Amino acid sequence: MNWEVVIGLEIHTQLSTKSKLFSGAAVGFGAEPNTQTTLVDLGMPGALPVFNKEALRMAVMFGHAINAEIGMTSVFARKNYFYPDLPKGYQTSQMDHPIVGKGYLDVTLEDGTTSRVGITRAHLEEDAGKSLHEDFHGMTGIDLNRSSTPLLEIVSEPDIRSAKEAVAYVKMIHSIVTYLGICDGNMAEGSMRCDINLSLRPKGQQEYGTRTEIKNVNSFRFIEKAIYTEIERQADILEDGGRIIQETRLYDPEKNETRSMRSKEDANDYRYFPCPDLLPIVLTQEYVDDIKATLPELPSQKAARFQSEYSLSEYDAHVLSSSRAMAEYFENAQSVVKDAKLTANWAMGELSKLLNQEQIDIDQSPVNAIAFGELLVRIKDNTINGKTAKDVLQAMWQGEGSADDIIEAKGLKQVTDTGAIEAMIQGILDANTAQVEQFRAADEDKQKKMIGFFVGQVMKASQGKANPGMVNPILAKMLKG
Amino acid sequence: MSIDKQDVQKIAHLARLALTEEDADQYQHSLSSVLSLVEQMQSVNTDGVEPLSNPLEMTQRLREDKVTEENRRDAFLANAPKTDAGLFLVPQVIE
Repeated sequence: MNWEVVIGLEIHTQLSTKSKLFSGAAVGFGAEPNTQTTLVDLGMPGALPVFNKEALRMAVMFGHAINAEIGMTSVFARKNYFYPDLPKGYQTSQMDHPIVGKGYLDVTLEDGTTSRVGITRAHLEEDAGKSLHEDFHGMTGIDLNRSSTPLLEIVSEPDIRSAKEAVAYVKMIHSIVTYLGICDGNMAEGSMRCDINLSLRPKGQQEYGTRTEIKNVNSFRFIEKAIYTEIERQADILEDGGRIIQETRLYDPEKNETRSMRSKEDANDYRYFPCPDLLPIVLTQEYVDDIKATLPELPSQKAARFQSEYSLSEYDAHVLSSSRAMAEYFENAQSVVKDAKLTANWAMGELSKLLNQEQIDIDQSPVNAIAFGELLVRIKDNTINGKTAKDVLQAMWQGEGSADDIIEAKGLKQVTDTGAIEAMIQGILDANTAQVEQFRAADEDKQKKMIGFFVGQVMKASQGKANPGMVNPILAKMLKG
Repeated sequence: MSIDKQDVQKIAHLARLALTEEDADQYQHSLSSVLSLVEQMQSVNTDGVEPLSNPLEMTQRLREDKVTEENRRDAFLANAPKTDAGLFLVPQVIE
C-alpha cells in the first residue's frame, strides 16, 4: 500500500524574558533548585498573577513574522490537571482567544522546492516545574524554577507530508525566533521542544487516519528519526490489517523507537475555562503597528537579498541566512573582501568545517569576520593560494595572529615572479630528464595527463607557494622545449 | 438535565476528591439541579452576543519585565512536609 503521511507540529518556544510570565522571579537555566520561585509560581492560595509586558511584545512580534492575524483581544484560560510539578492544579494558557491567530510559513526544502505550512495559532502559556525521579528513596523531587516560565506554543496545520519537511519547518521556526531575539533557540536546554502529531492514510484518500502524538522531542535529528520510526510502526500495523490507537507516545533516542505513554481513554479532560485572575488583554492598532516597525530583516527576506545583492545561488543564500550570526559574519567578511562568492565558499566550507570539528557556533569562532575577510583578501590578490590559505586559517584559529602576520612570519607569500618560477621549473626539468623525454615523445592527449606530475613537483619544490595560475602556462611552454 | 452516579465519580476523580456513596448521592442531586439551571439559561437567545470572559469591564494590567523577587527558598521549603537537596519531595509519580 502506498501511504501518505500527515504531520502537524506543536512547538513550544521559551521566550527569553528576564522574569517569569506571571511573577517577578528570575528566569534561567541551571540555577539551584527552587531558588527562582515566588508565591505565585508555587501556587500559594491568594497569590495573584501579573502578566509580563515583554512576553506580550515577543508574541506579537512572532505573529507579524508568520504573517498572522494578531488577537486584538486575547484571553488566558485555565487548563486543569493534577501533577506535582504544577502545584496550582492548572496551567495558565490560552484557548479560544490566542494572542496569535492564523498565519503561514513558506518552507524551503533541501532540494530547493518550497511548500507552504499553515499555522493555526500561537498562544502564550506558562511552563510547569520539573520532576526528578531518581535518588530520593522512592519519592519524587520537585524543582519549581521553571514554573511560570513564558512559552509560546506554535501550532501548525496538518500540512506537513514528510520528515524532511517537518525538520525544515522546525528549523525555519528556530531561525525566525532567534532572528527576532525572542528565544535563545537552545534545544538541548529545552528552549524549543516539539510535539509531533502523525497519521497515515492511503494515497489519494481525503479523510485523515487516526493519529498519535509524540511528545517533547528536542533536537532536529530526533524529530526526523522519531517521524521515520513512527511512520514505519503505523504502516506495519495498518498493513497487517490492524488499527492505530489514538494515544500519546514518547520517542526513545537510544532504542530509536516510540512507545506508548497514555491512551486517549484515560487522557486528561482539561476543562478549560477563562482564568478569573487575569483580565482580557486588549491591544490597540497603534501598539501592533509599532511592533511591526521594529521587525528585523527575516531569514527568508535576507536569503532573497543575498541572491539579488550578491548574486549567490538560492542554496548558498539559504544556508548563510539560516542563522542570524552566520549571516552577519558573512556580510562583515564580504564587506572586507568585496567578493561574495569567495566569501560564501569559504564561510560554508573551511570555516564551517572548523566550527563543526570544535562543535561551536559561529559567534564563538576564534577568528572574527574581519580577520577572516582579511585572509580571503590575500587569496583574491594572489598573495597566497587556496591551499596555503587553509593552513593560514588553521594558524589564525590557534591564535597565532592576523593573516598577514602569519603569511609574513612563515614566509608563505606566493611566488609570482616569472623569473623565479622559470628557474624553479628548470630545476625540476633538469632533475627529471627521463620524464621530460617521455613527455616530449607522447601524443597530446597523453601529455595532458602527464603534465600533472610536473605541476606536482613544482608545487612541492615551492612548498605550495608557486602561483598555479602562473606555473601552468610557463611549464607547458618550457616542456615543449 | 440530570447526571448519573458515574458522572459524579468521574468529576470527583478529575478534582482528586474522594467521595463516599452518600456524598455521591447528594452531589448527583445538587449537580443535576445546577445543570437544570444552566439548561434554563441556554434557552435565552444569544445570537450576536460575544462570550464574556470576565465580568469586570477592565483590561489586563501589564508588568515591566524586571526581576523583583529574590530567592526565598528556605522560607518556602519550611512549609513542606518533606524536602531534600533544595527540592520538595512528593510521593513517587512514576512507575
